[in-house]
Amino acid sequence: MQMPVPRADVIAQRARLFEQLRAVLPDEAVIVDPTETRAYECDGLTAYRCPPLAAVLPATTAEVAAVLRICHAAGVPVVPRGAGTSLAGGALPTADCVILGVARMRDVLETDYANRFIRVQTGRTNLSVTGAVEADGFFYAPDPSSQLACAIAGNIAMNSGGAHCLKYGVTTNNLLGVTLVQMDGTVVEIGGPFMDAGGLDLLGVICGSEGQLGVVTEATLRILPKPEGARPVLIGFDANEVAGACVSDIIKAGILPVAIEFMDRPCIRATEAFAHAGYPDCEALLIVEVEGSDAEIDEQLGLIRQIAERHNPVEFRESQSEEEARKIWLGRKSAFGAMGQINDYICLDGTIPVSELPHVLRRIGELSKQYGLDVANVFHAGDGNMHPLILFDANKPGDLETCEAMGAEILKLCVEVGGCLTGEHGVGVEKRDLMSVQFAQADLEAQMRVKDVFDPMWLLNPAKVFPLAASEGRRG
Amino acid sequence: MRPQTEAELAEAVRGAAGPLVVRGGGTRGIGRPVAGEVLETGGLSGVTLYEPGALTLVARAGTPLAEVEAVLAAEGQRLPFEPMDHRGLLGQGGEPTLGGMVAANASGPRRVQAGACRDSLIGVRFVDGRGAVVKNGGRVMKNVTGYDLVKLMAGSWGTLGVLSEVAFKLLPAPESAATLVFDGLDSVQAVEMFAAALGSPFEVNGAAHLPDGRSVLRVEGFASSVTYRAGALGRHLARFGAPGVLDSEESAALWVSVRDVAPFHNGGGDVWRLSVKPTDAPGLVAKAGGEALYDWGGGLVWLRVAVGTDLRGALGGFQGHATLVRASADTRRALAPFQPEPAPVAALTQGLRAKFDPRGILNPGLME
Ligand SMILES: Cc1cc2nc3c(=O)[nH]c(=O)nc-3n(C[C@H](O)[C@H](O)[C@H](O)COP(=O)(O)OP(=O)(O)OC[C@H]3O[C@@H](n4cnc5c(N)ncnc54)[C@H](O)[C@@H]3O)c2cc1C
Ligand SMILES: Cc1cc2nc3c(=O)[nH]c(=O)nc-3n(C[C@H](O)[C@H](O)[C@H](O)COP(=O)(O)OP(=O)(O)OC[C@H]3O[C@@H](n4cnc5c(N)ncnc54)[C@H](O)[C@@H]3O)c2cc1C
Repeated sequence: MQMPVPRADVIAQRARLFEQLRAVLPDEAVIVDPTETRAYECDGLTAYRCPPLAAVLPATTAEVAAVLRICHAAGVPVVPRGAGTSLAGGALPTADCVILGVARMRDVLETDYANRFIRVQTGRTNLSVTGAVEADGFFYAPDPSSQLACAIAGNIAMNSGGAHCLKYGVTTNNLLGVTLVQMDGTVVEIGGPFMDAGGLDLLGVICGSEGQLGVVTEATLRILPKPEGARPVLIGFDANEVAGACVSDIIKAGILPVAIEFMDRPCIRATEAFAHAGYPDCEALLIVEVEGSDAEIDEQLGLIRQIAERHNPVEFRESQSEEEARKIWLGRKSAFGAMGQINDYICLDGTIPVSELPHVLRRIGELSKQYGLDVANVFHAGDGNMHPLILFDANKPGDLETCEAMGAEILKLCVEVGGCLTGEHGVGVEKRDLMSVQFAQADLEAQMRVKDVFDPMWLLNPAKVFPLAASEGRRG
Repeated sequence: MRPQTEAELAEAVRGAAGPLVVRGGGTRGIGRPVAGEVLETGGLSGVTLYEPGALTLVARAGTPLAEVEAVLAAEGQRLPFEPMDHRGLLGQGGEPTLGGMVAANASGPRRVQAGACRDSLIGVRFVDGRGAVVKNGGRVMKNVTGYDLVKLMAGSWGTLGVLSEVAFKLLPAPESAATLVFDGLDSVQAVEMFAAALGSPFEVNGAAHLPDGRSVLRVEGFASSVTYRAGALGRHLARFGAPGVLDSEESAALWVSVRDVAPFHNGGGDVWRLSVKPTDAPGLVAKAGGEALYDWGGGLVWLRVAVGTDLRGALGGFQGHATLVRASADTRRALAPFQPEPAPVAALTQGLRAKFDPRGILNPGLME
């Protein structure tokens, strides 16, 4: 993977830059010591690393603006950072950049139950947003599996999703407003505790812009009342195709589960060995969760059972207690950890039309044989967001490259069948060079023009999202 | 001009000598009046893909909304956001199109729970002001590949591009619905009641306070669940009085009239649409005077005022936005129909317009 050549002039001027940064931030918030900047050398995509020139940790919107004004004037690239859990290399530094981390900005600024919103600083973690309102019966719906660690900042930048977004939507559907600091230091308020934009929907394009349009320092988020109850079932099948058909039938029947998760045999076996959740040893399993009162849950699960039985499941397991419910989710929730125990892996994130599921799984199986690497599939089946995990051995020379080549094949397949490269993890550097598979030049041009407006000098996270060749003339 | 294909549409925009007035069905004449050559989208019509098992539909932008609704109804599905029909309110004829609905981000009562049109829109194809065909999003429900221009196009009133194709995620139509009717609450009590209802786990997807004084709540779903939730809500809200209950059929008729702002169809006056923090709504209405219909639990206010009233002047500063929806062309020239934006936001908006439509030919001035 290629990154732009670091700008020698910026690096040469670094002493002056550090001095300017220290003039607007407390000393401990300006990190320049190479042993300390190493902490920021990568995000969740650990295959790529590069320490930044400096990392700064402002505590207020005004401090963020001051930092950006300095970097803007000096022509220094800035990479915003939340918790650094991106799986796409979105927060990967370059050697000439300043990492602007919002980790010290974690306050709750306002909670308003009558109007159902919370306003927070964006360094706050996803789970602690729910933590701030759950005692009063509310929650923040988007729930990425990384929710204990990841920050609202990164959630907004990546438009993150989670297991429950089939019913509640992803970040963009739960975001009401942001405070955005532009690269030149201008502070803009967009949206707020009311619905929809009065003019152009700028909020809609800021969400998911991967830190390229501005630094988001505060956010107004929609909160929802907790459901009366929720209960999962586990359904096992002897073929992937059958599980896929069952998903489609559940959806057509007018039931709206909060989550439909899918695991295939390699994934089931690996997680079973790791988490001992007691999953059946079958080709494919679904975890379907529904919400409501006890009676409502019973009724929905009754319907789901009827539908599933038409597909001859090898197992239909209802949870009779909290403990059983926990066990049903346990394997799914430890899937990534389990795979990590037995192997190195890369996790793909393409989305496909649900109807293409059997075809795509079959093709992935063929590619797996062709490339000689195992693949485990675990994903959000209700919305077609796949997470094939390709297993490789990092110590074996060439294995990562083979793995990436196979990953690219799978993502191309997703696009070919009418889907996309990434459903929730974002493009970052990881899928940057595949963008032209999904988009024509005019499509990319339209997106890059948006960045031209927000960040005319292309200083914010400039080497991400767009193929380097496509953005070349724009980057300084 | 009435192109029959996307390529012809691109050709028409590329070759345009001056301003174009983009017209779908011509049912939502909102915004500053625009002078120019009419570009009709009606030739770009038809559903191109519908997969009930994947809850997705793709159609050309000039497709009549009614046609799409009929196709969906046959499979027991629907657009989640309950798009309003502006014809009654604006006193216009014509046939609403999908493109016009998207360009207006038209969203009805269910918006409070199911999201706006922009939340269900998953893909667009459009022709920008240079005549280039651009696609963004796609036909899958979860997609973060590149910037989200889908949202940007929703509610852009044809000022950034002319839509040629749109894709939606859908929801199953519910088996049953019920509406609780509370009498005698004033607007402050009504908004308080809505907060209690929308803050409960009973999945209220309509909450409106009508000019005739009724305050109404809707629940939808499987029949037994609707019965249960209507009962549970009644108990939860006992301090606001004992509600009457409307069945599915009566409920449907009531919510169409809320959606289309039926109480203001006749009897004149200008009509404004305010999106505000719900608990601010009654105070703002008191300040402005006029007659109000509250939807979205108070978050949306339809306000009828005397012809020519400068509502924003009367309200002073507030969190949210006010759009002048029904007024004479003169009034819509004199008072900005769309909420003026603070300088840094306006600069971004203008910057985007200049990039997408550098010649300023797409509905120029409509949103200013
Ligand atoms: C184990 C694991 C499980 C995961 N599960 C999921 C999942 O289920 N669903 C899902 O969607 N994702 C998942 N992810 C991916 C990741 O957690 C999300 O992308 C998350 O939103 C990143 O948040 P972060 O705060 O860590 O952001 P970072 O990694 O710090 O940054 C991500 C991007 O956001 C930008 N950014 C950061 N802060 C700001 C700011 N203040 N203003 C503007 N831009 C900013 C960065 O420049 C970068 O491009 C998972 C990751 C891991 C490691
Ligand atoms: C006497 C008189 C009185 C009037 N009174 C009023 C009044 O009270 N209130 C009022 O609002 N108007 C009024 N008008 C204006 C008139 O209604 C409009 O000129 C016209 O009917 C609206 O058609 P439309 O194409 O804009 O609507 P629609 O086709 O419904 O379109 C709605 C919006 O979406 C845009 N659009 C449609 N299709 C697309 C697409 N495919 N891609 C991108 N954008 C698209 C349109 O440009 C428009 O902005 C009046 C006009 C007259 C002559």
